[in-house]
Amino acid sequence: MSIVRTPSAAEEARGRTGRKPSAGKRAERRLAWLLCAPAALVMVAVTGYPIAYSVWLSLQRYDLRFPAQREFVGLQNYVIVLSNQYWWQAFWVTVGLTVVTVAVELVLGMALAMIMHRALVGRGLVRTVTLVPYGIVTVVAAFSWRFAWSPNTGYLAETFAQGEAPLTDRFASLAIIALAEVWKTTPFMALLLMAGLALVPDELLRAAAMDGANAWQRFTKVMIPVMKPAILVALLFRTLDAFRIFDNIFVLTGGAQGTSSVSILTYNNLIRGLNLGIGATMSVLIFLAVAVIAFVFIKVFGTAAPGSDREGRR
Amino acid sequence: MADIVLDKVTKRYPDGALAVREVDVEIADGEFIILVGPSGCGKSTTLNMIAGLEDITSGELRIGGERMNDRAPKDRDIAMVFQSYALYPHMTVRENMAFPLRLAKLDKQTVNRKVEEAARILDLTQHLDRRPANLSGGQRQRVAMGRAIVRSPKAFLMDEPLSNLDAKLRVQMRTEVSRLQKNLGTTTVYVTHDQTEAMTLGDRVVVLRGGEVQQVGAPQFLYEHPANLFVAGFIGSPAMNFLPARVEGDRLHTELGELPLTDRVRRLLEQAEAPRDVIMGVRPEHFEDAALVEEHARAGGAVYRGQVDVLESMGSDKYAYFSLGGERASSAQLEELAADAGVTDLPSGGGQLVTRLSAASQAREGERVEVWFDPDQVQLFDPNSGRNLTYQGG
Amino acid sequence: MAVIGGAETPARKAKWALLDVVVVVYALVPVLWIVSLSFKTKGTITDGNFVPREWTLDNYQEIFTTTEFVRALVNSIGIALIATLIAVVLGTMAAYAVARLDFPGKRALIGVSLLIAMFPQVSLVSPLFDIERALGLFDTWPGLILPYITFALPLAIYTLSAFFREIPWELEKAAKMDGATPAQAFLKVIAPLAAPGVFTTAILVFIFAWNDFLFAISLTSTERARTVPAALSFFTGASQFEDPTGTISAAAVVITIPIIVFVLFFQRRIVAGLTSGAVKG
Ligand SMILES: Nc1ncnc2c1ncn2[C@@H]1O[C@H](COP(=O)(O)OP(=O)(O)OP(=O)(O)O)[C@@H](O)[C@H]1O
Ligand SMILES: [Mg+2]
Repeated sequence: MSIVRTPSAAEEARGRTGRKPSAGKRAERRLAWLLCAPAALVMVAVTGYPIAYSVWLSLQRYDLRFPAQREFVGLQNYVIVLSNQYWWQAFWVTVGLTVVTVAVELVLGMALAMIMHRALVGRGLVRTVTLVPYGIVTVVAAFSWRFAWSPNTGYLAETFAQGEAPLTDRFASLAIIALAEVWKTTPFMALLLMAGLALVPDELLRAAAMDGANAWQRFTKVMIPVMKPAILVALLFRTLDAFRIFDNIFVLTGGAQGTSSVSILTYNNLIRGLNLGIGATMSVLIFLAVAVIAFVFIKVFGTAAPGSDREGRR
Repeated sequence: MADIVLDKVTKRYPDGALAVREVDVEIADGEFIILVGPSGCGKSTTLNMIAGLEDITSGELRIGGERMNDRAPKDRDIAMVFQSYALYPHMTVRENMAFPLRLAKLDKQTVNRKVEEAARILDLTQHLDRRPANLSGGQRQRVAMGRAIVRSPKAFLMDEPLSNLDAKLRVQMRTEVSRLQKNLGTTTVYVTHDQTEAMTLGDRVVVLRGGEVQQVGAPQFLYEHPANLFVAGFIGSPAMNFLPARVEGDRLHTELGELPLTDRVRRLLEQAEAPRDVIMGVRPEHFEDAALVEEHARAGGAVYRGQVDVLESMGSDKYAYFSLGGERASSAQLEELAADAGVTDLPSGGGQLVTRLSAASQAREGERVEVWFDPDQVQLFDPNSGRNLTYQGG
Repeated sequence: MAVIGGAETPARKAKWALLDVVVVVYALVPVLWIVSLSFKTKGTITDGNFVPREWTLDNYQEIFTTTEFVRALVNSIGIALIATLIAVVLGTMAAYAVARLDFPGKRALIGVSLLIAMFPQVSLVSPLFDIERALGLFDTWPGLILPYITFALPLAIYTLSAFFREIPWELEKAAKMDGATPAQAFLKVIAPLAAPGVFTTAILVFIFAWNDFLFAISLTSTERARTVPAALSFFTGASQFEDPTGTISAAAVVITIPIIVFVLFFQRRIVAGLTSGAVKG
């Protein structure tokens, strides 16, 4: 009627045996693969092959205006690009814009997140209007800024620049580009940060208040540390995105007056100049830069790569 | 209705974890059987294998004499009640309960009739058109039961169905479940963590530990004749006291003093080839305030004299706690129990003795008091294997 | 800074209301400005006034009579809808597998989609430009739909798997116990519960495809597949020498309307969708 076993039996049985998966498991796998296959195929076909092809192109002299001269030149394109002052100018413009816009967005976004999270009145309204800059077509917003800063046409140019043309001046242009970028993407940052704010339990803040922390201390000593993962994810997203800046510059200055970003420069070489070899080389370099940014965030700051550390089931 | 047989059923998860090992249980038609054990011992896994929600790694499952290993859950004709109730949030109560019937392609009238009947039994009639989100915990639980009973399955499987209810409701629903099962007479396998449910609900209880069956039997039998330390400590509340003890001739040296070994116990120890060092188990309810025990009864028993550490008055009786100076009884099985109860690091030093005294006791905190117990109620265990040396099997 | 559980005094309410106004101004001024421009007459368009002195619908009339804009609008709508549909269907399948099933290669799939999400799109422009010309996809709808699907898929998989994860796993088990086949369990229990998530994802994907500019100007060369954002930058107005400010503004307002509608009606869902997967682990 009763069975008694020694504890060691259970422990010894915990060892692994290399069994092949049961029928149910195999069916589950097959289903999973079937479900993922179309998405995986599209993603790999549209990115994987072109990336490889892009690397291949970057090793060739290949100018569509002179197709006969196409030949394999090894790393020569890289030498050309990396010793070109326009490349470096565009690179530093991109880096500068990225750093400035992301920094400003972080501060503004935090304030906006706070308003969206805490507002006593009109919380729904604030959340709704905040989504407008996020959703609006970047090109539309860029035109709005361009017209606003155009002499004669624009209300901003009239007030701040007294009829001068700020978009013909390098630093004014860069500032306007940064403004347009910040306006458009701060809401997204704010939404991500708001989700992080929601993770800070009210009780924790109350406890900190009881422990004698003032508002600023509660913010820096409790909220920020608890939100840190969310902040890092938001920064990672935004930094990678900012580094790709294209639309705003294209519409606002077209890259004139030394305001090209690396994406603009690549586009100009490729579509305007039809120089596939150089364009591809720049593409590869941008890809490497983005990879470095992602690597730094994930390995150095320990940003949780989203979706990576979550359990599959249950 | 049908009997359920688990024949050396084993479950190994893909990650290599052995969750259930060679479980042999025969559940008779109409029986109410309880699976109980600490967290992670494989209760849900066992239940899910019966349900068909998890594959059986090896061994055989038979329901009504038929092998079920490879049947899909829907072809096993059993119903399940989940801990979270798993009510479909987008369906009303009526739709929730009708769902299995509609899937079985019953005609509308029959479905309606059955749902309404189940609703009547479970007192849900006035909630039929509400959504689960608008129901109280107890009502949700009843809907989950309703969804199980509407299609009169061969068996019910319940995985901690009451654990999300508050204490009072839990007691109420417990009797309800019990009555329902008796009226329907459906074979039921019920998983619980709660040993009160285990004691009160089932015809028989299966105690699991680390994926292995420790003992199967009627609740009262397990209480009186636990097969090992684990079962002894798991069944009964408050738990049995365990103290180190040493057998010397016909006496037992313990911290409660020297106890005489009765003939019955001595014979059992001899049969079991007991070691000299043993663990003694005494249930708190086997103690009484010596002052309340009549003179002639006292003679047969032993008396322990100690200072009351803490006294808890429950109204109907009093719990007196004593701290003992010596070593605590130690054994792998006891540690597992402690871990499950959440007391992983008790203050080091001596053990504790819990006694249940009648309400009339005059014992007070901090004062010395004499408690009486009957040495024949004592159980002795082998510290290494955990085996009950005084076990009298049925 | 956050105030903890304070009373809702009129003064504090007023303070919040003021902040609300700041946010509203911040978010809406550029939009209102372009709306204003679109209603200005040719004569007053350069007056630099924020509010039009004279109102007119001429600009709208003009853009809807040019094939340049109408054709671009049709392209935009068609391409965005088709890309959304396909991306959501493929994304739903993959997200379900990611959220619910156990299979080797899951991490690889998540990793790849994450890589794509972070990928500099301009890096794909050069090879795609060349490949699409070779395959005859250049300047066609599929030529844009394909990259849109690709870049929308990570977003779709990500958002949807977060939604799927929120559906209790036990519901599916319960459905199985109630006699449902896996297909029935999916259709009758999981799908209705996942519908809001799918819908939200569809909006996000649509906004993404609707918004794109880089692919649109790189992979098209004529009206055949050019979408509105790309067409805007080629607007010249009725004649070469006319200032296109008014017509650009009118066109810009037209393509902003769907976004405003989504935002007004589905604010909650969009917020939930954007933040669902982002901040959890
Ligand atoms: N899908 C799985 N993969 C691997 N191991 C699992 C899986 N599910 C459960 N286990 C392991 O199997 C063992 C038994 O789990 P089970 O869920 O049956 O426990 P339980 O007795 O129901 O516990 P509880 O009382 O906490 O519900 C545990 O050690 C658990 O970690
Ligand atoms: Mg369980």
